[in-house]
Amino acid sequence: MIRRLFLLATILAAAVALPARYAFAQTSNNELRFALRADPKTFNPLLMADEPSETVSYLTHGVLIRINRATQQLQPELATSWKVTEGGRKITFTLRQGVTFSDGTPFTSADVVYTFTSMMDPKLHSPIADTFQVDGGPTTAHANGKYEVTIAFPAPVAGLERLFDQAPILSASASGKEASPGLGPFMLAEYKAGNYVLLHRNSHYWKHDAQGKQLPYLDAVRLEIVPNRDLEMLRFAQGELHLINNLDADSFERMAAQNGGASNSARDLGPSLEGEQMWFNQVAASPLPDYKKAWFRSTNFRRAISGAINRHDLTRVVYQNHASPGVGPFSSANKFWFNANLKAHPYDPADALRRLQLDGFHKSGPDLVDASGHVVEFSVITNAGNQSRERVAAMIQQDLKQIGVHLNIVTLDFPSIITRITQSFDYEACLLGLVNVDLDPSAQMNVWMSSGENHQWNPAQKTPATAWEAELDQLMKKQATELDPAKRKAAFDRVQEIVSEQVPFLYLVNKNALTAVSPALGNTQPSVLRPQVYWNAETLTLAAPAAGSKQLAMK
Amino acid sequence: MTRTMARAILVLTFLAAILAPWIAPRAYDHQYRQAVNASPSSQFPLGADNLGRDRLSRLLEGARVSLLLAPAAAALAVLLAAIVGILSAYLGGVWDRLIMGAVDLLLALPWLFLLLAVRAVLPLNVAPRLSVTLTFLLLGALGWAAPARVVRAQVRALLDSDFLLQARALGISPARVLTRQLPPNVAPVLLAQFCVSVPAFVLAEASLGLLGLGVSEPLPSLGSLLRDLESLPALHASLFQQAPMEMAAMLAPAAFLVLVICSFQLAFPQQEICS
Repeated sequence: MIRRLFLLATILAAAVALPARYAFAQTSNNELRFALRADPKTFNPLLMADEPSETVSYLTHGVLIRINRATQQLQPELATSWKVTEGGRKITFTLRQGVTFSDGTPFTSADVVYTFTSMMDPKLHSPIADTFQVDGGPTTAHANGKYEVTIAFPAPVAGLERLFDQAPILSASASGKEASPGLGPFMLAEYKAGNYVLLHRNSHYWKHDAQGKQLPYLDAVRLEIVPNRDLEMLRFAQGELHLINNLDADSFERMAAQNGGASNSARDLGPSLEGEQMWFNQVAASPLPDYKKAWFRSTNFRRAISGAINRHDLTRVVYQNHASPGVGPFSSANKFWFNANLKAHPYDPADALRRLQLDGFHKSGPDLVDASGHVVEFSVITNAGNQSRERVAAMIQQDLKQIGVHLNIVTLDFPSIITRITQSFDYEACLLGLVNVDLDPSAQMNVWMSSGENHQWNPAQKTPATAWEAELDQLMKKQATELDPAKRKAAFDRVQEIVSEQVPFLYLVNKNALTAVSPALGNTQPSVLRPQVYWNAETLTLAAPAAGSKQLAMK
Repeated sequence: MTRTMARAILVLTFLAAILAPWIAPRAYDHQYRQAVNASPSSQFPLGADNLGRDRLSRLLEGARVSLLLAPAAAALAVLLAAIVGILSAYLGGVWDRLIMGAVDLLLALPWLFLLLAVRAVLPLNVAPRLSVTLTFLLLGALGWAAPARVVRAQVRALLDSDFLLQARALGISPARVLTRQLPPNVAPVLLAQFCVSVPAFVLAEASLGLLGLGVSEPLPSLGSLLRDLESLPALHASLFQQAPMEMAAMLAPAAFLVLVICSFQLAFPQQEICS
């Protein structure tokens, strides 16, 4: 009896103590809190390749030029001005004076030279260096004085200014340290593995607002490690987190429904740069039977399959109208480069059958058979665990059944998929997501050049296998070396037209950018570009929460 | 009384599974895209799933897949366990240590990763029904190690028994001992292992289904149907915001699985299971 009473007392004490502790955690003022899906793999910005590391780097380090996520235009940051010379081979920056790192050391051209020298060091294997590798040659930097620096490329690069949005500047005085002082609005204060990363306000930050007040407004940013999306949503609903950068459609709808439309926490920002795409294996050396290789190399076949897929149903059923039918490599979110003359392939099973008949396919009972009598059946591989993608595949399966095509869906673990699509080529079709992090088509050279490793349908060709791939090569080279933006746009418009006609990729849907922002968070300008909500972290403000308030009423 | 009820439930569920193609109200794989996430109604007694497919028809087909293939996988596992266990105990010495070492190694392997690896090397272009059969065969082929240890222990005890001593003294050949004397005496153990293995394989497939690696679309299984419940907020929203009928519809696959597993445990005497 006594033991039971003691147990009851312990439980009651814990029940009383827990909310008190919880409340204490919530009352920490002016601290922005949001979730990372995993621990950052590194605090060295030159080695970052994962999203958590990129988040920390974005908040703690500065860049020479920033792409304004709202206008998609370049804006000066640590460089006050720049000049591109020698036909795109060189860029000279004039650096901002009076800027200091978070440890108080002054920022000069030596830091920029140190950053680019370190980045291009082959021993470091910096993922960012790949962006600056042009024609395989190194990019070099040299100082022209204390506040002027020139970066030289081995070959002309069109639109090279945009590359510098991804190059965080390090302090030369902190050589060899993993977590070096930064020029960003915040600085690393504490890291507890598996728990959180705490960033404090950088008191040396150079930016001031219009009234002359030093930025950032926030005192701290706490990045909680929350691997589970559902837990992240619950914590947001409880007011423990202030934003969710990227929501899927189901979560967004649940949040909107729970919200009852009374608050603006869940926001649909319109088309993003992310989508879903499918492609057929056209590799000549693949272990597929010859008749299937012939199907997949036929433009009529690919175009027919594309036309037999009901993209509007995909957007409505799977993405609950938070997506639009896929058109091409860029969505309308990319304001400059999107070819607005192109339209998504319309859903037309009759037209699909007509196109297939041109290649000798015909119906035999419920099945579609080719000219040699083979029943048209193929498999599509996709990664296990992504429910939206699996539903997309299931809907395509039913759509294709209507024209007599049998589709087998195979979900595999991600490493197995990568092995199949890059090494063994033992697959027939693949369905994966498309994430564009760069607005400029030059970032896609590796995809559209027939020699590219990411030319997924038939990678690393010695010579273009088809005339249209040869034309793609020419157009991509032209847009990469041409300095006139209008001519570059015309070349890439033609690339998008060829892709729409030849259908090497079947663009299925473009997803909308869905975010959740606490009403307490001020000055937000959510963008479709990453990082959607906190891209202007230095100007974000946080209103003190009302006692006991929650962002969502969990009914 | 409890055992009778459990057995009756098992008979009914297996009957429903076998007759699924005839008693299901609709095709389990047809997507009624205007009825996505429809509530229970006369058209869709358990509602429709997130692709507009009839939940009841999918539950019946899922039960058919899981409940018919799991016993087959269990039979394969028990057969392999019987061969390995009897041979190991009978041969003894170095052979026994070698075989049991191999069993320990197999038990130490993380079976989920083993299944992932084996599934990744299987041919891609297989029909969903063949794919699920392969999955269960894999479960059976990899699930013999634990029963083999039990069988070996039982056979070792039998080898020391008086009746086998007398049989040997009478000059019965080793082949006859292995084929005629030992199998009938380990049969209760094999039956118990079979009864334990069936729900274990149903749950294993459910685990694979939760990871999206079990049965491929459009074929359902109990595991793949449970995936609707994996999202915590979805469950929260559905359980506390929906009408009781919708709540019941959401939980039907989980309730069905619990019912079947419990019935398996209750349908056979504990001493048989534990022997």
